[in-house]
Amino acid sequence: MGWERYFDAATAAPPHPVARQALTAALADGWVDPGRLYAPARRARQLLDAARGSVAESLGVRADEVTFAASGTAAAHAAVLGVLKARRRAGDLVVHSAIEHSAVLHAAAGTGAHEVPVDRLGRLDLAAWEAAVRAPGVALAALISASHEVGTVQPVATAARACAAAGVPLYVDAAQSVGRMPVPEGWSLLTASARKWGGPAGVGVLVVRKGTRWESPYPEDEREPARDLPAIVAAAAALRAVRAEEAAEAARLRPLVDRVRATVAATVPDVEVVGDPVERLPHLVTFSCLYVDGEALLHALDRRGFAVSSGSSCTSSTLRPSHVLEAMGVLSHGNVRVSLHRETTGAQVDRFLADLPGIVADLRAEAGVTGL
Amino acid sequence: MTAPDETLDCLGQRCPLPVIALARRLPHLPVGAVVRVLADDPAAANDIPAWCRMRGQEFVSADGTAFDVRRVG
Repeated sequence: MGWERYFDAATAAPPHPVARQALTAALADGWVDPGRLYAPARRARQLLDAARGSVAESLGVRADEVTFAASGTAAAHAAVLGVLKARRRAGDLVVHSAIEHSAVLHAAAGTGAHEVPVDRLGRLDLAAWEAAVRAPGVALAALISASHEVGTVQPVATAARACAAAGVPLYVDAAQSVGRMPVPEGWSLLTASARKWGGPAGVGVLVVRKGTRWESPYPEDEREPARDLPAIVAAAAALRAVRAEEAAEAARLRPLVDRVRATVAATVPDVEVVGDPVERLPHLVTFSCLYVDGEALLHALDRRGFAVSSGSSCTSSTLRPSHVLEAMGVLSHGNVRVSLHRETTGAQVDRFLADLPGIVADLRAEAGVTGL
Repeated sequence: MTAPDETLDCLGQRCPLPVIALARRLPHLPVGAVVRVLADDPAAANDIPAWCRMRGQEFVSADGTAFDVRRVG
């Protein structure tokens, strides 16, 4: 099938063409364990080293600062748990924004946590952040680079200065922004996920800058166990490609997202378009439709072939609404997240925008909530 | 919490049903009246105040599964 109505790149972007090519090419030698002491293993090791070097260059860091993990979630866990292990004497408190990815919240769940609020647009409360990182006993501060649910870009550089002044390492979950906008500065640890940038699933990246106190939370020989090397090679190739295309793609997609924001607000009654209208990811937009069941809306869109995701409680396995939407205090039911990718065209977005008002109106008519 | 003028029992109802019940009932009450929505869906605590903001009504207070809203317009 085609991917003309696939608008869930924030979960997984379609594979970049160079990722497909690299994956196929790397299958020939990449199945060998690079840790062994024979010639085929050395070839595999060269592939791994080249991929590591490429990812490091793409992110503007050193190759020995890059570790591959089994997923973005696994990388996030390693980042948080590794700092908690290495900085036990400094404390056990994790300061984090209220809109971190659940992987970060889960990793911090076993220790003390100080949650820093965001405003209605999903922007970090910097004054509260600065006070929180200065408190005694803080082992780590965690700030997502840009919200995976609403797209609001966070003030990483300013937050990083507060962390540096307090002597607290800053971990940045950059899963949604890597390959979409420039890598932020000032952090000590960063993680990303290849499937968000058009690489394969099952490749996470953890960067630990030199001088950061971090110890692998796993036994040392399992820090980077036998990974899916062809997938890593493909991820590295895709990252290089998307970073080269990044500025042009952002300039192309940003007006499409602006079009979604403006058109949805104008054509769907009682809708709340959420997230910062300016300081935002170029490819992601979220809105909530009053009185509409989020699950019913996803199914209705799916019947028309549209693939989107939702932060509504009825669409989550826990039946809880998105903690991000809750932290912002915006409507959580009837929620839709649309995220675009390099194959998305303006005509495809227009098709969605043409169908959406009728779909929402039909659902409201079925529920008997028209005119409320 | 002081006694409301009316109570809507939406316990057991999934969101957005408690919000819909509130939206249906509030316009029929006099300005100044307080309606209490009983709702145990976890989204209600977020979505009832959000509805009040979108509709210009006053969210008075929350207490467990009880949410009080005053009609102001």
